[in-house]
Amino acid sequence: MAKLPLEGIRVVDITVIYAGPFATMNLADWGAEVIRVESIKHFQVLTRGGTAHPNQDIVSDPIRTGGIATYCNRDVSFRPWNRWTLFNAHARNKLGCTMDLTQPKGKEMFKRLIAMSDVFLESNAPHVKENLGLTYDVLKEVNPKLIMLSMPGFGGSGPYKYYRALGVHQEGFIGHTSLRGYPDSDPSTTSTVYHADEAAGATAALAVLMALHYRNRTGKGQHIDMAQAEATMPHLGEAIMDYTMNNRVQESRANRMPGAAPCGCYRCLGEDRWVNITVTSDEEWRGLCRAMGNPEWARDEKFADSLSREHNQDELDRHIGEWAIKNNHYDLMYLLQKEGVPAGPIIFEDDAYTDPHLRERGFFQELTHEECGTHIYPGLGFKISRVPNSIRRPPVRLGEHNEYVYKELLGVSDEEYRQLEEEGHIGMDYLPDIR
Amino acid sequence: MEQALSDIKVLDLTHYIAGPYCTKLLADYGADVVKVERPDGGDPARRMVPFLGDDPHPDKSGLFLHLNTSKRGITLNLKAEAGKKIFRELVKGVDILVENFSPRVMPSLGLSYEELEKINPKLVMTSISNFGQSGPYRDFKASELVIYGMGGAMNETGMFDRYPLKKAGNVIQYQVGTMSAFATMIAFFASQAQGAGQHVDMSMFESQMGTIDRRMSHLITYQYNNETSYRPDPELEPPGFPYGIYACKDGFFQLSGGFVFWPRICKMMDMPELVDDPGFSTQEGQRDPENLERFSIIWYPWIAEHTKLEIITAGQAAGVLCGPINDPGDLVNDPHWKARGFWEEIEHPVAGKITYPGAPFKMDETPWRASRPAPRLGEHNAEVYGELGYSGEDLMLLRQQGVI
Repeated sequence: MAKLPLEGIRVVDITVIYAGPFATMNLADWGAEVIRVESIKHFQVLTRGGTAHPNQDIVSDPIRTGGIATYCNRDVSFRPWNRWTLFNAHARNKLGCTMDLTQPKGKEMFKRLIAMSDVFLESNAPHVKENLGLTYDVLKEVNPKLIMLSMPGFGGSGPYKYYRALGVHQEGFIGHTSLRGYPDSDPSTTSTVYHADEAAGATAALAVLMALHYRNRTGKGQHIDMAQAEATMPHLGEAIMDYTMNNRVQESRANRMPGAAPCGCYRCLGEDRWVNITVTSDEEWRGLCRAMGNPEWARDEKFADSLSREHNQDELDRHIGEWAIKNNHYDLMYLLQKEGVPAGPIIFEDDAYTDPHLRERGFFQELTHEECGTHIYPGLGFKISRVPNSIRRPPVRLGEHNEYVYKELLGVSDEEYRQLEEEGHIGMDYLPDIR
Repeated sequence: MEQALSDIKVLDLTHYIAGPYCTKLLADYGADVVKVERPDGGDPARRMVPFLGDDPHPDKSGLFLHLNTSKRGITLNLKAEAGKKIFRELVKGVDILVENFSPRVMPSLGLSYEELEKINPKLVMTSISNFGQSGPYRDFKASELVIYGMGGAMNETGMFDRYPLKKAGNVIQYQVGTMSAFATMIAFFASQAQGAGQHVDMSMFESQMGTIDRRMSHLITYQYNNETSYRPDPELEPPGFPYGIYACKDGFFQLSGGFVFWPRICKMMDMPELVDDPGFSTQEGQRDPENLERFSIIWYPWIAEHTKLEIITAGQAAGVLCGPINDPGDLVNDPHWKARGFWEEIEHPVAGKITYPGAPFKMDETPWRASRPAPRLGEHNAEVYGELGYSGEDLMLLRQQGVI
């Protein structure tokens, strides 16, 4: 197998929750040696679970159905932090060690690791690295060629520098939440999305590659200041430009898009099954009419041209809805695509694993996790012709590579290793009193 | 100051959103990006809203202006033989080619990766498409809505008793553009290391299927526990309190509380006497509907008396995860992003001086820079074709023949 493009690049990763770990997942996927540094004395809420030692009765309660935040088999009897779906979604291909960065010994070990690494990513609010004394100014003395990327929500300067926010709160700040709710309801019915996490995670991974390229050319490392919110804002460019150009404050259009009618989500046969349809031209409209069997109502002048369809979209949606509900969501995709109409089902998890396209392209991949067993996991998001690639390691367990990191990389003796275990640096379990 | 990618040359055959955002990211960090447009009308994004002053002029689309900063622009008819010849000459001189036609188009023009690789053996070619370069859906049409419904977590966005919702605007295409820039750089590294070209197959569908916004977690939940996701029903499954989006005195704000953060919530409301109330401070207590009722009697009057700014300021001072629900105007006027210098004023010869979103990240050594405004159609024909050795007279003939 060809060498992966990032082989030989070592990344130290203390990022939390979603955005930062997605960045390091992408780097790990393409060959970087990503080492997650965690602490058995400090539980990372959300990253590794709800609490360090969750209550089995509450986890088993059927009213709390799964979601992004649940445990494998809903079983929390043994190391629940290694069974948390939110973590196991991004932790593939990574290595993991534990270290208490609040203790002088931990800081010393950490700096030794930084000295032999290329990249350091962190995503906490800035007071965390400041309190730990692990800022770029300090670390560049240890490793002058270091690339350090800091990605707190609001960046490393400005009045909100120390604000705490998850991606979901940043999206409120930057206007995304106001632009995506039900237009006929107030914002309190807008459900949570984590667009800022995927946007910031992907952007951070790109930023690291740019800095690596510059370092390859000049030998110079650097610090990158990324506000997760700023990485996401360009994604809302049209709404922002409408305001800066025209002083117009855009509001949510739900599933509708300018210049497309119909453009919506229609209920299909089955429980909670749906199809999305977008028509942007007369040709596609005629295709939709053919697919529906050229019904009488579609010949009405109200729907004869794009402007009329836009004006009468509510009525149009009702007609299409009455047709769609009698059909299977996948059948409608095939039928409409055959007539040249952009359409596709809303894909639930069960559909995804049986989807013929994903199957033929080999998207999913089977992995065996020592504590969770063998399952099929979502795979790599893109392919490169001369770099055959697949997931090489299952989601990393807490402290799984302590021996490698301490003994092989840091050159710690067996005796010192035992001492570090006693001092609470090294371990695979959160201490019993950790909440 | 030198920029991170100032030694990289990119030929940009993209249109609409995902492709142009990919090449914008490269261009704003220093790559020399030449955008190729068709002579008759150019990139369709020139005809997409919003327009400056609502005037649908090809140089006044805010979408196009935003997506094409720092690029030079040329026109070229790839269906004409002379156009193909010039295109091959252009390919010879670049490191990277990015295109987002449907998968049949480049091969039908005789410009498949296999053909182009013969001209430039180290070429990185990134092909962005709806469903990828192979598979049964290869030639299917899509839209922002269709891609999100299939690839993303649309099934669980919205309320349980209403239709599923997409995210705002075109954010999925921007996301794919970002992933495409990442993929392009990875392939560029591979090409450098191997001394061989690379073809990147970026499928919007798969890129969303493998993304972190709930999708991967839920795919794994399904594997682990055979549970599918659903749109939330706040009554059925209270995630603890306070939690979610609330109306206050002058608008809406959102906040994530629950028993873990209960002491901080008390600090925010300046009600220290509630800190040890087990009905609020424990997971078991928060699951009892009676305590939710007791809490509501305290909470709703308090938020009704305070503004977004007051609540967020007090909440952040107490370490509560919270924020306002802002609209785009609130965002542009927010003092924080102004203080960080996020916004960029860019002068365009037709559209004039407008404020644009700026750097997605700030690199100490190698800054972001909008080195030029979005190109007018064919603005750099003379310059770029001149670099290939075409004379003014050649260009006149090519224009006359509809090639440029």
